[in-house]
Amino acid sequence: MSWIALKMLVGDRAKFFGIVIGLTFAAALITQQGSIFCGLMLRTCAQVTDVTGADLWVMEPSVRFIDDAKPMLESNLQRVRGVKGVKWAVPLYKGNGRAKLTFAPDAMKEKTFPPDRLARDREREQAKQSAAPSNVFTKVLDLVVPDVDSAPTPPARWYSPGLVNVIEQVILLGVDDASMVGAPPGGPMLGAEPRGRMWVGSLEDLRRPESIVVDRVGLRKLFPGCHLDEPFTDPPESDEAYLERLRRFIASTPEIEMNDHRAIIVGVCEATRTFTSNPVVYTLYSRAKQFIPMERKMLTYILAKTADDENGAKAPAAVVADRIQKQTGLGALTSEAFMYRTIKYYLIYTGIPINFGITVFLGFLVGTAIAGQTFYNFTIENIRQFGSLKAMGASNSRIVGMILLQAAVVGTLGYGIGVGLSTLFGFKTLDRWGNPTELAYFTPWQLLPTTAVAIVFICVLASLISVQRVIRLEPAIVFRS
Amino acid sequence: MTAAESTLEAGEGASGLRTAVRIRGLSKHFGSGDQRVQALAGIDLDLYAGQMSLIVGPSGCGKTTLLSVIAGILNADEGEASIFGQDVVKMSDRAKTRFRADRIGFVFQQYNLLPALTAAENASIPLVIAGWRKAPAVQKAAEVLAAVGMGKKLWSLPSQLSGGQMQRVAIARALVHDPHLLVCDEPTAALDHDTGITVMELLREKVVRPDRAVVVVTHDNRVFHFGDRIAHMDDGRVVEIEERNGRSAL
Repeated sequence: MSWIALKMLVGDRAKFFGIVIGLTFAAALITQQGSIFCGLMLRTCAQVTDVTGADLWVMEPSVRFIDDAKPMLESNLQRVRGVKGVKWAVPLYKGNGRAKLTFAPDAMKEKTFPPDRLARDREREQAKQSAAPSNVFTKVLDLVVPDVDSAPTPPARWYSPGLVNVIEQVILLGVDDASMVGAPPGGPMLGAEPRGRMWVGSLEDLRRPESIVVDRVGLRKLFPGCHLDEPFTDPPESDEAYLERLRRFIASTPEIEMNDHRAIIVGVCEATRTFTSNPVVYTLYSRAKQFIPMERKMLTYILAKTADDENGAKAPAAVVADRIQKQTGLGALTSEAFMYRTIKYYLIYTGIPINFGITVFLGFLVGTAIAGQTFYNFTIENIRQFGSLKAMGASNSRIVGMILLQAAVVGTLGYGIGVGLSTLFGFKTLDRWGNPTELAYFTPWQLLPTTAVAIVFICVLASLISVQRVIRLEPAIVFRS
Repeated sequence: MTAAESTLEAGEGASGLRTAVRIRGLSKHFGSGDQRVQALAGIDLDLYAGQMSLIVGPSGCGKTTLLSVIAGILNADEGEASIFGQDVVKMSDRAKTRFRADRIGFVFQQYNLLPALTAAENASIPLVIAGWRKAPAVQKAAEVLAAVGMGKKLWSLPSQLSGGQMQRVAIARALVHDPHLLVCDEPTAALDHDTGITVMELLREKVVRPDRAVVVVTHDNRVFHFGDRIAHMDDGRVVEIEERNGRSAL
C-alpha cells in the first residue's frame, strides 16, 4: 500500500508542496535562528576561542565570564608556575582601553587607494554631497505624508573628510612579552603556508616600541570611511590588491593614542568577532599596562600549559586545574570550561536566550500550524478515499501506516530542504575567506537532531490528529453521496 | 472456510438457486430519543447467487443501510445477515474487514476512484489490499479492465475519463479479486440514461455468474428490468418482492 500512499500524497501537487513548504519553513526557521543564537553565544567567548597553545585559564575565583576580568596580584603568576603539572604559565592582560586618534580620511585614502579607485571614490562622494540623503523608509514616509517636509534633509555630517576625531572603546589584550602566548597565530592569513591569522605585519613587530596589532574588522571603527576592513565589491577587488592596500596603510605608520601613550599600528590580524563588536588591540603585556589607567593589580588572566606526568603521559587539564584551585585559591578552568562558563553567564543573566527562544518557538508554532493544518486538511479531504479503502477491506493499521508514511516523507523533505536552505544562508553570510560577517552564524551538529526532533513532533502531531479521524471513520461513509 | 465451502453450505431457495444472502429479523436504528430513526425494521430477505437482485424504494427507505449491513461495513442492532453461510452481524470488526477484502466487491455511486492513480492502478487496489505486489496486481487489473472494454484507457487518470468510463473502472476494481458478492450502490445515479443502461448491461453480461450474487441498490426505475429479483422497500421494511421469471442468468 506504500505506493498508493505516496501517489495520493504527490497526486495533489499544490497541497503536497504546501505541506512541504510549511515544514521547510519550520525547519529553516528553527535551524537559522538556532544558528544565529549559537553564533552570537560563541562571540561572547571570542577571546577564549582565539587563544591557542594554552590549556588552562587561571583567574580570580569570582570571574563569571571572559569580560568579567578581575585583576589579581602579579605574584599569583609565580604561585601557578609552582603547581605540579604546570609546564608553563604566562600573564595575559584583558581589559577595555580607549583609543583616540585624529586623522584625515581623504589623506588616508590617498595613501591607500589605487588611483582609479580614488577618482571613482571622489565622484561618489561628490554625488553623495549633492543628493539629499534619503532611504527607503523616508521615501515611504514622503509617499504616505506628502508635502510636509519638501526641503531636503540636511546630511548627517558626523565626520569631515578633511579631519576626524575618533574616540573608540577597544578590547585590549596584553600578551606575554617573551612567548607572546595569547596572540593570534603568527603566519600570514592568505598566501604562504603555514597559515596564521596575520593579514599584514608579523607578531615580532610587536617587539618594536609603542607597537600594537589591530584586528581587520576593527579598522572600520578606528578609521571610518577608509574601507580598510574589507575588499571593495564594486568592482570586486582581488585579495592581492586588498592586501596591498593594507600594506600601504601599515606603511603610513598609522597611530592612535591610548591613555596618553602613542600606539603605532604595525600589523593587522584576523580576530573572531566580538559580542560588543569593539576593535581588538593586541600588544605586549608590559605595554598594555601603560595603555590603561594605572591600578595596583593589573594581571587579569594567567594562561597555563599542562606538563607531562612521571609516566610521560600528559596530565589531564581538568586535574591540573583542580590542583591549581586547591593550592592557590584561584579559579582555574580549561579553555572549553571557560568558554561554557561565559556562554552560561549570557544564558542565565541576559535576556538573549528568552528573546531568541521566543523567535524559535514562534517559528516552531508557525511551522506546526502551517504544516499541521495543511496535513490535517489533506487527510480530511482524502477521508472518502480512506473510507473506500476501509470498505474494500484495508485495515485501520494499514491506513494508519499510509498516513504515517506520508507524514514521514513530507517531514524528511521539509527537514532536508529547510536545513539545506538554512545552511546555504549560513554560507552566504560568510565573507570570501570563510569568516563570519556581521551576522553571527554557527550551526553546531546538535542543532540538526534538535530540528529533526521538532519536525518529527510536528509530523507526529499532525498525523495523530488526522489518524484518529480515520480510525473512527465508518466505512459506510462511502455509500453517502 | 473456503469460498467454495461457503457456497456449498449456503442453502437453496425455492427456485433451486443457491442462497447467497439470507437476512432474518434485521434491525438498525440511528440516533436516540426524539432523534431516533428506525432505518431497518425487522427485515427478512433472501437473495440468490446467479441473479442480479435489485433493492429499490424511495429515498430514506433504508435500502443503502441494508446494503451497508450486507456488505459488512455497518453493524446491525439485531437480526441475522448471512453471506454465503457466514453471519456478518456476529463477526468481529477484524473478521469483517478480512471478509470484505476476500469476498465482496464494491461499486459506488460516486465511483470513489483515487484521483492520483491510473485506471489500472485503481482497479488493482483490492489485490494490493489482499497483499499482492504492485506489478502483478496492475497486470491482473489490466486484464479485467480489458474485459470491461477499458483496455485502451489503462493508464488514464480518473480526471481524463468520462462518468461511464469511471464506472467501468469501478466495476473492474470490484471484480478484480473475484468476489462472491458484488454490492452496487446507485451505479447509474451519476450517469446519463444511455450510459446507465450500458453500465447495467455490463453488470448483467460480465458480472452475474452462477457462484456470484450481485445486489444493486437503485431508485432509477429505468433499470428495473435488469433485475431478476426486486425487493421493494419502504419505511425500513421490505414491502414486496418481485420475481422476474425467465430473466435468470442461469
